[in-house]
Amino acid sequence: MKSSQGSIKRVIHGIRGFKESTVILIIILLCTGISISAPIFLSLDNLKTTAIGLACDGIIGIGMTLSLISGGFDLSVGSVMGLSAVLTALFAGMGINIWLAAFLAVAISLIIGLINGILIGKVGLNPFITTLGMMSIARGGVFVLTQGTSLSINNADQSFRFLGSGNLFGIPVIAIIFIVLAILGDFMVRKSSPAMKVFYVGSNEKAAILSGINTGKVKLYVYLFTALMASLAGILSLSRFGVATANMGSGSEMRVISAAVIGGAALAGGEGSVFGTVLGVLLLSIINNALVLFNVSVHWQNLIAGTILILAVTIDLLSHKRKNK
Amino acid sequence: MNKECILKVEEVYKSFPGTLALKGVSLEIKKGEIHSLVGENGAGKSTLMNVISGVLHADKGRVFLQGKEVYFHNPNDAQKAGIGFVHQELALCPHVSVAENVFIGRLPQKNGIIDRKKLYKLTEEVLAPFQSVIKPEQKVSELSVAQQQVVEIAKALSLNCKLVIFDEPTSSLNESEAQALFKIIRDIKSKEISVLYISHKLSEIFEICDRITILRDGIKIATHNISETTSESIVTEMVGRDLGNLYPAKSSKKGEPILHVTNFTRKNKFSNISFNLNEGEILGLSGLVGSGRTEVVRAICGIDPFEKGGVSIRGKHIKLNNYHSAIQNGLCYMSEDRKLDGLFLNMSITHNIIAILLDKISKRMIVPKKQTIILAQKYQKKLNIRYADPGQKVNSLSGGNQQKVMISKLLAINPGIIIMDEPTRGIDVGAKSEIHNMLRELCNSGIGIIVISSELPEIVGVCDRVVVMHEGMMVSELTGEDVTSEKIISSISSTKVS
Repeated sequence: MKSSQGSIKRVIHGIRGFKESTVILIIILLCTGISISAPIFLSLDNLKTTAIGLACDGIIGIGMTLSLISGGFDLSVGSVMGLSAVLTALFAGMGINIWLAAFLAVAISLIIGLINGILIGKVGLNPFITTLGMMSIARGGVFVLTQGTSLSINNADQSFRFLGSGNLFGIPVIAIIFIVLAILGDFMVRKSSPAMKVFYVGSNEKAAILSGINTGKVKLYVYLFTALMASLAGILSLSRFGVATANMGSGSEMRVISAAVIGGAALAGGEGSVFGTVLGVLLLSIINNALVLFNVSVHWQNLIAGTILILAVTIDLLSHKRKNK
Repeated sequence: MNKECILKVEEVYKSFPGTLALKGVSLEIKKGEIHSLVGENGAGKSTLMNVISGVLHADKGRVFLQGKEVYFHNPNDAQKAGIGFVHQELALCPHVSVAENVFIGRLPQKNGIIDRKKLYKLTEEVLAPFQSVIKPEQKVSELSVAQQQVVEIAKALSLNCKLVIFDEPTSSLNESEAQALFKIIRDIKSKEISVLYISHKLSEIFEICDRITILRDGIKIATHNISETTSESIVTEMVGRDLGNLYPAKSSKKGEPILHVTNFTRKNKFSNISFNLNEGEILGLSGLVGSGRTEVVRAICGIDPFEKGGVSIRGKHIKLNNYHSAIQNGLCYMSEDRKLDGLFLNMSITHNIIAILLDKISKRMIVPKKQTIILAQKYQKKLNIRYADPGQKVNSLSGGNQQKVMISKLLAINPGIIIMDEPTRGIDVGAKSEIHNMLRELCNSGIGIIVISSELPEIVGVCDRVVVMHEGMMVSELTGEDVTSEKIISSISSTKVS
């Protein structure tokens, strides 16, 4: 067992960075362990459910990765996700074609992203406070619009439901959409020049200015993008469940930031990858799934998620220290 | 063992992943002597200092303090044993008062509450020998760099050191502040406290040190009495080869004006600064630290604001809204602090080099990996940057190599004019010489070069023409044979108002 672990690690090390290969290893170990104790883990049904469950967090993660790389983060994503779903359901309920409704919801979410981007990028406000405030505002908007109830889209064009609950060749469409977005996102972050600028800004903003980079503009686009991803996640979630609830998306910002940090993004900025974030989301989902399979009470989930985050960050710091000493 | 010896380092070895930094180095420092340690970047000076002061543990070898063998687990042990350290990048807490910094960790208490009266009184006593205007209650951030250094020295001495280590102490000081420092160091010597003085500036070492030890590639080459050696032979021992003339030959031709700067003014920073840069000459901007040179130059490049002023490049008037437009016109600025705003320390050499070039080098918004690596290799060869792999992170390079990466970043955009702010700060003689030669080559190839430097020998040695600034104003412009240290200093002091 040990030698095959070692060779797997070497192979992965060749493909990706140290951090990501560690996470891959942990995932493989976990899957092995879980499937031995609860073979139902590897059943098609269970895997499908897990995949569907992580898709929305994963899509938000694509955007969050970029905001972390820029040296900030976006706490408003969960609220934007909820708002996007609620607005779509609301507009659809007023008789507007649901696809158009979704488009409008995305547009409004982009305005939120724009406000975040202007406040953080041009005015220079702290990302924590800004997105925290926006989180409350957007969530407040959700409560006002739903009056605390849920909004259903049963009366709308049911072809919309295909996105979130349909299957293509046996694979859930929502998972396909996530995978496609993740591949595109990873490619963009690794190879495109606009994304490269985000790395520079996150690594050393002053040096980025002295390299002729318009740091305010870069940050603006980052928060626009994050809001876009959150908005898409909301729409897909609506498509999956058929209803928009007031609490939709609540808590996803913490899960997604944890996933990104586990996957190698630095809170200080200048580092990170979509692939790593996806791995982090995968890891957290598998752990969640394991808790369910082992009948652990839902109440333990937060405790465990928090412990994992602290462990991950500590291991990361220690391994960095050992490398540099 | 010599009873007069305060510190003895015996056959110390220290390795890091990939390098053997110290290969059996031995050193002896006598009581009450000022001993200097020199060597190129990467020679092992920092490593040796860190072993002596307890920051690192040697793999092999022994350290003796006053004849007794010592083993420091951490810097605190070293401090308690009597080794004080004045860091290059000062280790003070800026938001906290002078007194609280000096007595950090040992604040006088009365019934568990800080006894401020006693604290300030003790601090005054500690500061007294320095005859400074520093008040114990002042926040350290309000002090000048030179004053902060005094605080750090006072702190070290208040701990009853037997040995004080100074790491590049004059890197942020002007001439008069450096002289004040030397007086303090001589006072320290008179109290029979030893000094280990690390510096790249041989002129200083010859001014105040008694003996000198040269390191090269982790080995001690020799120890000499200062009186028995010369700058040239030291440099030869440091680099292991004859460097020849310290500075490259100057140019005597005067070409067309490439850059024309008129009446640059910004309230409280600089006023009516006008000068030309001609093709084929290196222009120097000299003056004391704080004379406004960096501010003017950043304003000229559109980085910082200004109230009045015009810039034209090769006759064409340029509108300076931001730094981006300056770059578009071929004008660029290299910062004086590579760690603060010159480099992306956690990113690779390649990514640092293409930072300004990014948009130009990208095809349809994709960064072409192969091309960028070829570019990095081109500059590695051209500037003789020593690294193992272009994907290496810049913070793993030595200071000199980091500086070269920063220069590559600017050269990569094929600029027409480069303004370099303190281009050789904190780098060793060998790398300094390479950069000076490169500046002359660039100048000869038609690129306009302006150099800001607080090191008079550098200004005098490298520049064909010098503009001297003092307290925000231009006080003189010197050409050809008038470019001498004496003329520069006298033009500053003859206009001294304060």
